[in-house]
Order: sequence, then structure tokens, then C-alpha cells
Amino acid sequence: MGHLAYLLVLAGCLVCALWLEPVLKVNVLRRGRRLLLTLLPVVVVFVLWDLAAIAAGHWTFDPEQTTGILLPGGLPLDEVLFFVVVPVCAVLGFEAVRAVLRRPAGDGDE
Amino acid sequence: MTYTVAALLGVVGAVLADLFVLRTRLVRRVVFWATYPIIIVFQLLSNGILTGRHIVIYDPAAIIGWRIAFAPVEDLFFGFAMVLLTLSVWVWLGRRGVQREPRAGEGSALLRLLRARSSDRAARGRVGEG
Repeated sequence: MGHLAYLLVLAGCLVCALWLEPVLKVNVLRRGRRLLLTLLPVVVVFVLWDLAAIAAGHWTFDPEQTTGILLPGGLPLDEVLFFVVVPVCAVLGFEAVRAVLRRPAGDGDE
Repeated sequence: MTYTVAALLGVVGAVLADLFVLRTRLVRRVVFWATYPIIIVFQLLSNGILTGRHIVIYDPAAIIGWRIAFAPVEDLFFGFAMVLLTLSVWVWLGRRGVQREPRAGEGSALLRLLRARSSDRAARGRVGEG
């Protein structure tokens, strides 16, 4: 899989979740502004955590299996994309469960 | 600080944000706990590949050493914190009126079909009982 290994894992996550948009009409991508505003604080918080963890040596990345594009602080681009892809998949899954179960989540649906 | 401590603090921070800062109280809702087990399956899969193939490598001194599907147990806490914060912000924005519509499932032919079938079954059940 080479340098694309990490990105392929992220692509796999997206494939597993994105079908919910057209099939169950979870309407997450159609609410793009709300999705972007959700991603903003999550990406900031977890990029900061990642930078601190890299600086502390908690984890390292195999340069042979990541894109090799490093942002300041030694943060691989792959990691930043992880913090975008996983939250998008989480919201898609959450809205799919809501569509099926029809249980309240507290955003004006009670 | 070890990853173990950081991950536990992350969970505490996300729960506090959910309960007291954003006040979305997702950890007290069925819909959150119905979603989380589904997410955890996919997390174990994707994280298992990332750690099992040594794409991400952990310092043994930073983790407690318990592993689930190749991944350090700390990753489960990290993932929980990220998922809870994400869903909490998403719901908080909706409560503030940011793009509540179109709601999940609106316009889904598949859901309409499934619901029509289950209400048919319910109706037949009532006739049978009568």
C-alpha cells in the first residue's frame, strides 16, 4: 500500500459511512455549514493534542506508509485528515441512528 | 504526562463539555449509546489496521500496555472523547438553530418503505387478534 496506506484506511472509513447520505437521506452533507462548524473546534482541539503527543514522543508515524507531507510540529497531513474524516463518519452514523430510531437528541426535536 | 493519563483527561473533558459547557447531555441519551457501539466496531477495524501494520507506532513508556485489536486501550478513550465532542458540538449547533433542516431521514424512500411495511404488519396483527 506504500505511502497511501494511512489514506486508504481513511478512504475505507468514508466508504463505510458515506452511503448513508443517499440511501437513508441522513442529510448531513446537505447541512454542510453545520458540519463545517462542528469540524472546526474538533480539528483544533485534536490537532493540538496530536502536536503535544508528538512533542512528548507518545507516538510516531511510519514515513513509508504516510504521505510524507509534514505540517509544522511534525504533524503528518494524514493525521489532520483523520480528524476530519472520523468526525464526519461519526455524524453520519449518529444521524442514521436517529433516522431509524427516531429518538430525541436535543437539537429542537423534542 | 503519559498517553494513558492524557486519554483519561480527554474523556473527562469531553463529558464535562457535554454535560456542563454545551449542555447537550448526550451521555444521558439513548440515541448516543445506540450510536456509539456501531462507531466502536469501525474504530477497532480502522485503528487495528493503523496499529497492526505499524503505520502509527506508540512509545511503550507512554501506554499502559493493554491492547485491543492491536491498538492500545488508550485509543478507545481518545476515540470516545473525539466522537463525544463531535456529536455534542453538532447537536449544540442544531439547538442554536444552525441548519436543523433537512432532518435525518427526510426524503428517504427506503425508510418510508420500511415504515409502511412495519405499520402493515402491526395492522395485520391487530386484525388477527380481533
